[in-house]
Amino acid sequence: MTAILKRELLTYFHSPIGYVFAAVSVLTSGFFFLMFCLGYGSADISSVFAMMFFVLMVFVPLLTMRLFSEEQKLGTDRLLLTSPVNLGGLVLGKFFAALIVFALSTLVLPFYGVMLSIFTEVNWASVWGNYVGLLLLGAVYIAIGMLVSSLTENQMIAAVGGFFLNLVTFILTPLSDAVSDSSLPLGFLANALKYLSVYDRFTEFTLGIFDFANILFFISFAAVFLFLTVRSVDGRRW
Amino acid sequence: MIEVKNLSKAYGAKKALESLSFTASDGEILGFLGPNGAGKSTTMNILTGYLSSDQGEVRLNGIDILSDPVRAKKEIGYLPEHPPLYPDMTVDEYLGFIYDLKKVKLPKREHLHGIRALVKVDDVRGRVIRNLSKGYQQRVGFAGALVGDPKILILDEPTVGLDPKQIIEIRALIKKLGQNRTVVLSSHILPEIQAVCDKIVIINKGKLVADGAADTLAAGLSKEHDVVVQIEGEIDHVRKLLSAVAGVKKVTDGKNLAKNVTEYDVETAPGTDVRRGIFAAMSENNCPILMMRTKELTLEEIFLRVTAGERFDTAAAEEADQSQSANNENGGADLDGNTKA
Repeated sequence: MTAILKRELLTYFHSPIGYVFAAVSVLTSGFFFLMFCLGYGSADISSVFAMMFFVLMVFVPLLTMRLFSEEQKLGTDRLLLTSPVNLGGLVLGKFFAALIVFALSTLVLPFYGVMLSIFTEVNWASVWGNYVGLLLLGAVYIAIGMLVSSLTENQMIAAVGGFFLNLVTFILTPLSDAVSDSSLPLGFLANALKYLSVYDRFTEFTLGIFDFANILFFISFAAVFLFLTVRSVDGRRW
Repeated sequence: MIEVKNLSKAYGAKKALESLSFTASDGEILGFLGPNGAGKSTTMNILTGYLSSDQGEVRLNGIDILSDPVRAKKEIGYLPEHPPLYPDMTVDEYLGFIYDLKKVKLPKREHLHGIRALVKVDDVRGRVIRNLSKGYQQRVGFAGALVGDPKILILDEPTVGLDPKQIIEIRALIKKLGQNRTVVLSSHILPEIQAVCDKIVIINKGKLVADGAADTLAAGLSKEHDVVVQIEGEIDHVRKLLSAVAGVKKVTDGKNLAKNVTEYDVETAPGTDVRRGIFAAMSENNCPILMMRTKELTLEEIFLRVTAGERFDTAAAEEADQSQSANNENGGADLDGNTKA
């Protein structure tokens, strides 16, 4: 796993992808920080995190699109799959590499807290709670993106597919609202959709609610997609 | 040691492999030969655990690739047809990555240096793989397969894209490596197999058609003792004399070598040896024989025969004889049977 992790980290910084992602993350969050905190004179940076949900939804697939697609295209999957590595280690190595790049690129967000603390009192529990929420969201998006990447050797399709699935995790919220507002007796469906809604659970982090059930949800969600990725890579042998 | 038993694999309705079995012992270089699309790469992918077979068993040094894949894969070094290279890495980074990936226990610096020296990529060790020539890339791929000093090497067309000097070097290297390893080498280039391999497995349309030592395969098929003779004398007269010899089926006159000297191809009935008869007839008629030899089959001819459809084994050589004429018409005539390639 460590060999894969090292190689993937190297590749992120050999290619422009890692830098582009970091730049997007810094620029967009900086813009939101300027708008919501400095512009309104607010010390609450939760709204910056809330807006990052949408930015990451679009841009995390850029981080994950090449993880498996490129291996297939280059034929290097032959090297990986004929080496004495188990598939779980292979998938986790790639996952953590992407997560590290994600974490480094978004590390600027808690730094905004430091900037605010010069002018005013900052609620650090909220800042770190938000950051943990953001990392968990990143883990989910990365796991989703990896699954899509393992299904195609075309990186473009992997990126668009990843974005589409991320969008679905968001749409569950308005969908659940629509179902519960309708006159149909589908309360259970509305509840189920609400339960699965990544957006609702992430919003709780930005509202300052640090619920372990939510943490567990994000971890399980990512784990399911990582497991499906392992199955997908293994399935190609048949 | 590689043991393959009853391997079958289908892609949808298309059968890629059907009940393929063969073994390769330690210290043996096995040539895996077949026309394009015969199932060579599929077999190699199954041997290395990249693909799963539908049926059958593969054991690498006694370890089953399906039940204990991680341990079995430790035994192999695999060079696929297109070397699995990361173009953004330097040669050093790439080999270091494979070293870490395979969790090799040997001392890293010395081991990797030894491999680089062996495949002669030491001079490009700091260069990015993307910028290397095809020949160097192929050798870096080869180096990758050697990391961890695996006891089984599986090489899918290892000399593709190399220049003639590099080809000779790589062949020599394979021979050297094969002394204390099991090597499976696939190719559709016959001279390559002939130059390097101890044993040959020929497959066609996913089925085994011949299996044995290169010499045995040739000997089994050349029982008929077709002969080539160079005789001095008037062509029509000599041809008549040759045709009259017992056992001769057909005489074809070939090159006119000098004034009144012609080379003849003499096709014989199965199981007969006409050499003595020809000698006697020519000597009686004062037509000196300047050269006479039996026509040994080259690997090309064996290949054409066995891939033409019939299953070959040494015991059934007679049967193969029957179809010889048909094959010769199909293209065997283009081949210079006398030339060892």
